[in-house]
Amino acid sequence: MPKASVGTLYRGHEGMWTWVAHRITGVAVFFFLLVHVLDTALVRVSPSAYDAVIATYKTPIVNLMEVGLVGAVLFHALNGIRIILVDFWSKGTRLQRQMTWTIVAIWLVLMVPGAYFMLIHTVENLFGSTS
Amino acid sequence: MSAPALNAPKTARSGGRTNYEMWSWVFMRVSGIVLVFLVLGHLLIMNILDGGVQRINFAFVAGRWSSPFWQVWDLLQLWLAMIHGANGLRTIINDYSERDQTRFWLKAALLTATVFTIALGTLVIFTFDPNIS
Repeated sequence: MPKASVGTLYRGHEGMWTWVAHRITGVAVFFFLLVHVLDTALVRVSPSAYDAVIATYKTPIVNLMEVGLVGAVLFHALNGIRIILVDFWSKGTRLQRQMTWTIVAIWLVLMVPGAYFMLIHTVENLFGSTS
Repeated sequence: MSAPALNAPKTARSGGRTNYEMWSWVFMRVSGIVLVFLVLGHLLIMNILDGGVQRINFAFVAGRWSSPFWQVWDLLQLWLAMIHGANGLRTIINDYSERDQTRFWLKAALLTATVFTIALGTLVIFTFDPNIS
């Protein structure tokens, strides 16, 4: 028998933490989107203005932030699908915990190769490569 | 045995506000599903395949926006993501800001940023000129 938690199935468990993470990733992605539309708008200024700003996206630090952004969007997407399944699938509420660990697994499976392809250029530049 | 009668509601629903929050709830789910495809596709192409961000420059953008398919993709993505995100932030503002004044000004700032960004992005997609000097 698990110890009786203080009268709640929700607080401190998977459901609460996915809710917290959904909010944080949502806000972060929204603010990036505002910046991203501004940087893309530079194509109406001049090719060199656009290329200069895009060059900052290719630096090592921003490259790491890029992995964070893709990870945030991917989590938000997977958890959003889980929320829709909880709402509309007849077994959704019963399986919500299993679905949480499923999306964590899918996130990892996609992020490992994703991060590899996003970071490979920076890693080769920083630490040298014979190719 | 009949079910106990319920009292009539004390306040009638004010007319005009027809289930705004329900449609907002529906919109989040419908736009969310469409955005899963649009945004994950966008990230896969732009950030992961074929060198990712390293290969992006003005010429790359010009090549993509020469096709109506990617113009429509980006336009739809812009509108849905901005409205989906703004509606999410509206929920968060409602949750955490307690004073009416604070809530009003945060929402005013959110609306301004959202309208500006959608307008700017739309303008850029429709007026893009690959031969700009």
